[in-house]
Amino acid sequence: MPAPIRLRELIRTIRTARTQAEEREMIQKECAAIRSSFREEDNTYRCRNVAKLLYMHMLGYPAHFGQLECLKLIASQKFTDKRIGYLGAMLLLDERQDVHLLMTNCIKNDLNHSTQYVQGLALCTLGCMGSSEMCRDLAGEVEKLLKTSNSYLRKKAALCAVHVIRKVPELMEMFLPATKNLLSEKNHGVLHTSVVLLTEMCERSPDMLSHFRKLVPQLVRILKNLIMSGYSPEHDVSGISDPFLQVRILRLLRILGKGDDDSSEAMNDILAQVATNTETSKNVGNAILYETVLTIMDIKSESGLRVLAINILGRFLLNNDKNIRYVALTSLLKTVQTDHNAVQRHRSTIVDCLKDLDVSIKRRAMELSFALVNGNNIRGMMKELLYFLDSCDPDFKADCASGIFLAAEKYAPSKRWHIDTIMRVLTTAGSYVRDDSVPNLIQLITNSVEMHAYTVQRLYKALLDDISQQPLVQVASWCIGEYGDLLVSGQCEEEEPIQVSEDEVLDVLEGLLVSNLSTPVTRGYSLTAIMKLSTRFSSLNRIKKVVSIYGSSIDVELQQRAVEYNALFKKYDHMRPALLERMPIMEKTIFSGDGIFTVCLWSVFPVLQANDLLDLLGGNDVVPIIQTTVPTKPASAGGELLDLLGDLSLTVIPPMTAYNKNGLIIEFTFERSNPNPNIAVITIHATNSTEADMTEFVFQAAVPKVCSFPSCILINLLFMSWCIGT
Amino acid sequence: MQFMLLFSRQGKLRLQKWYVPLSDKEKKKITRELVQTVLARKPKMCSFLEWRDLKIVYKRYASLYFCCAIEDQDNELITLEIIHRYVELLDKYFGSVCELDIIFNFEKAYFILDEFLLGGEAQETSKKNVLKAIEQADLLQEVSTQSVTSEHLCKCIATPQ
Repeated sequence: MPAPIRLRELIRTIRTARTQAEEREMIQKECAAIRSSFREEDNTYRCRNVAKLLYMHMLGYPAHFGQLECLKLIASQKFTDKRIGYLGAMLLLDERQDVHLLMTNCIKNDLNHSTQYVQGLALCTLGCMGSSEMCRDLAGEVEKLLKTSNSYLRKKAALCAVHVIRKVPELMEMFLPATKNLLSEKNHGVLHTSVVLLTEMCERSPDMLSHFRKLVPQLVRILKNLIMSGYSPEHDVSGISDPFLQVRILRLLRILGKGDDDSSEAMNDILAQVATNTETSKNVGNAILYETVLTIMDIKSESGLRVLAINILGRFLLNNDKNIRYVALTSLLKTVQTDHNAVQRHRSTIVDCLKDLDVSIKRRAMELSFALVNGNNIRGMMKELLYFLDSCDPDFKADCASGIFLAAEKYAPSKRWHIDTIMRVLTTAGSYVRDDSVPNLIQLITNSVEMHAYTVQRLYKALLDDISQQPLVQVASWCIGEYGDLLVSGQCEEEEPIQVSEDEVLDVLEGLLVSNLSTPVTRGYSLTAIMKLSTRFSSLNRIKKVVSIYGSSIDVELQQRAVEYNALFKKYDHMRPALLERMPIMEKTIFSGDGIFTVCLWSVFPVLQANDLLDLLGGNDVVPIIQTTVPTKPASAGGELLDLLGDLSLTVIPPMTAYNKNGLIIEFTFERSNPNPNIAVITIHATNSTEADMTEFVFQAAVPKVCSFPSCILINLLFMSWCIGT
Repeated sequence: MQFMLLFSRQGKLRLQKWYVPLSDKEKKKITRELVQTVLARKPKMCSFLEWRDLKIVYKRYASLYFCCAIEDQDNELITLEIIHRYVELLDKYFGSVCELDIIFNFEKAYFILDEFLLGGEAQETSKKNVLKAIEQADLLQEVSTQSVTSEHLCKCIATPQ
């Protein structure tokens, strides 16, 4: 059997392959050779073969058949074998396979080997991929090595201990004694890894944290020495002495100082010193400053120090290096809640970052900008944010739009400004706004009574430009339906009123109905809007025609609406004006969660002989208007519109007497419809207990205030029976 | 640090060091996705990005991308220094390192990394010490491959620092 080819040879050969198929063929051939070599239990070339296998593994080919071979290599006495064996173990084995446990004994032996480099290999492997079982078995050995005077091993043992603690937190206690004099080491490697170990322990256990607080003075001293000491070639990085150690110490100080006045006080001076003396021309200095700022903000530092920290971040924002700017924005975002005023001072720089080319920086700047908006800067900020909305990536638009709506709601200086802002968002990012913004906007518009004419005019003009953005179209349709009369009569005060005829308006609305760009929901909106205009416009015939056409629409929703509207025209024309009246001011409801608003078109049973009702009832002058006194409750995310229905599901609402005067008694009874529990049946009994007849009894129902997304509420009456007291 | 990946501009993996337990399949998936994401970045963009719930720090040296995944509390800027330190170590060891060195001597690249980082954290902050340790270990390897009784030599080399 010829000697297996060398590793470098194989690499060279594989790299000559011109196609994927060629490479695969070479690999397969070599794998076959390696497999037979393994089968022959060849000790001499096992190392070489496993190395080749590792190379092929990195190219993406399966190498699991080499796992046991790695174990054999680890068990070998030759250092070369061990080196490759441990590397193979770290690459090919993982704790999910039981095979890895076979390593435990080898590692145990190697941890006690006479050669420190072998011990090092074992510690490295254990600290890198040791499973919980392995850690449990070998923790004692690691603890022993943590106490050795050999700094080469001590530093590795410390990090290995970190891994053991991460895997088996209960073992943390056993490392406590060994930590006693870790910080008195001179060796930077040991110092660094010790600080990491202490950090890990403090993060995991509040008891350890209190225990190690006494180390603060020592840590401060070490840090001071690093800063004050002269040039040390061994640890120098661009003029700074051991920045890695400095950063780790600062991080540990952060944990120790958090929430503790004494510790925070003890580290105050050194933090100020680091903050002011660190060279900022290179990344390494800024890395230390960054860590310092994080520490200052987290501990109980005095206000002067905090301002210093924020100013450092402010300087970072102006740095040419975008990494530094990114880090500054991230940190400012963390501190904006607690140190709001200090961050406000850097507002203009932050807003400039909105124009940065880097996506991550833009996002951070956007989030931070929203956090900084307040009543004083709203106008200026909104200008910038709207500009940003125009030009940003689609990924940002939804969040930005939502943020703008929220900010506008909180701090709008005037109603007109508010509506203008919303209009701007709808026209620039209309397709990205969230679903619940449509009902919110409608509510806002309805409640801004004096702006109705202005709003409908602007929305109409926007529709003329572009009908592709559905939220915009929906809000516009709704408004035109409601305030179309204002539009046509040219009543706008805020700006130059436009001349538009009823036919033009109906053209636009009908255009929405037929356009391919309109979604079914939008079509529903525009049909309803057209219907509403029947009481505001005079072109009744045209509207009737449109409505009747859609009575045979394929879209079931549209069809139902059209049929019901038709019925209104044909049979209930007298009710039409009342039903299609202007919507009243809506009370603001707060919705739980950020739920998608589901509208439930509320329809009860079809009308039966309502005409008879009118015939039979002769009322007197008293015209009681019965209002449904339903409890107003917020809609749950995705749930029914009116909680009325929810109530009925759980409790039975007892019957109530709504009116009892002059011999007319009107009673309400409530029950759920049997086949469809979503339908509530309210039965109204009107009783005449007088001797005389009652004539001109008029029944009217008012729309409950809880509806904030009305398209059309259709109330059909089920006429049951009534008694005339004889 | 959760893992470190080295890959070429064509997306070929040159080194992968994982400090968290994941199946081979998961590792492959993460590698593929992350390589794609990083290669799609334009040159002017910053070295940090958020990916899944990790922070990714990457830097390009010649034709190789060095990419680390760190946790939320880790300092991104110092991670850049860690990457830079590793490159310096490779450079010193190979003498003006290039991608081919790492391709043909990948196991050495791993050995150097394992003397610099352990469990995702730096174990030695002195460049000199890391290189010295590698040098000694290489010597030990040479000695052990020559079938001389290496035990005696091992004891000599294995003097505590």
